[in-house]
Amino acid sequence: MGLIGDEEAVEIRERLSGMVNPVQLIHFTQELNLEYGREARQLIEELGGMSDKLSVRTFNFPLDKDRVAEYGIDKVPATVIRNEKDHGIRFYGIPAGYEFSTILETILALSQGDSGLKPESKEKLAGVTKPLHLEVFVTPT
Amino acid sequence: MRLAYSFAMDNDLIRADAIEASEFPELSSRYRVYAVPRTIINRGAYVEGSLPENIFLDAVLKAAARAPGEPAP
Repeated sequence: MGLIGDEEAVEIRERLSGMVNPVQLIHFTQELNLEYGREARQLIEELGGMSDKLSVRTFNFPLDKDRVAEYGIDKVPATVIRNEKDHGIRFYGIPAGYEFSTILETILALSQGDSGLKPESKEKLAGVTKPLHLEVFVTPT
Repeated sequence: MRLAYSFAMDNDLIRADAIEASEFPELSSRYRVYAVPRTIINRGAYVEGSLPENIFLDAVLKAAARAPGEPAP
């Protein structure tokens, strides 16, 4: 039984048909002691099947220490969304509801190489010269 | 959330995590997340709510000035 329904899948494929360059979903999970682990992994893997330009790699949080360090993962389930480069984009937990839509938009933006921000925002962001870490707490509504 | 990801796309020094609050209750309580979205900046300042692009960016940059950085891990 899939987590993504048939009608939903048609809609997602349609949205992802706008992809240009490949995007990778890099998922970190843990088999034991993780209440939402299986569901998160299944959702990401189903999503990965929605476009030829989308690929998924899944790593084991306690075992694949090199990857965990490479991506700076400190909790699971975690999903890195990246294109040819890692831009520091992570989702911790199950991206359900409204947040699933955010993930789709982010995949498209990375694939098209355009953040979609206004020119004046890009200008202000260019002025950031020190590391900046944003942690946005969300709930699936 | 979408805006934070966009900021991360446009500047390599910026990274953006979305954290599903109910799945990480300890972290949510440490950062006193009672309403979402709540954006924690450099683990020392925060911006509350869902805001328009220019207002959110200005709030984040202002908060970053108050929370200059995280201790090295």
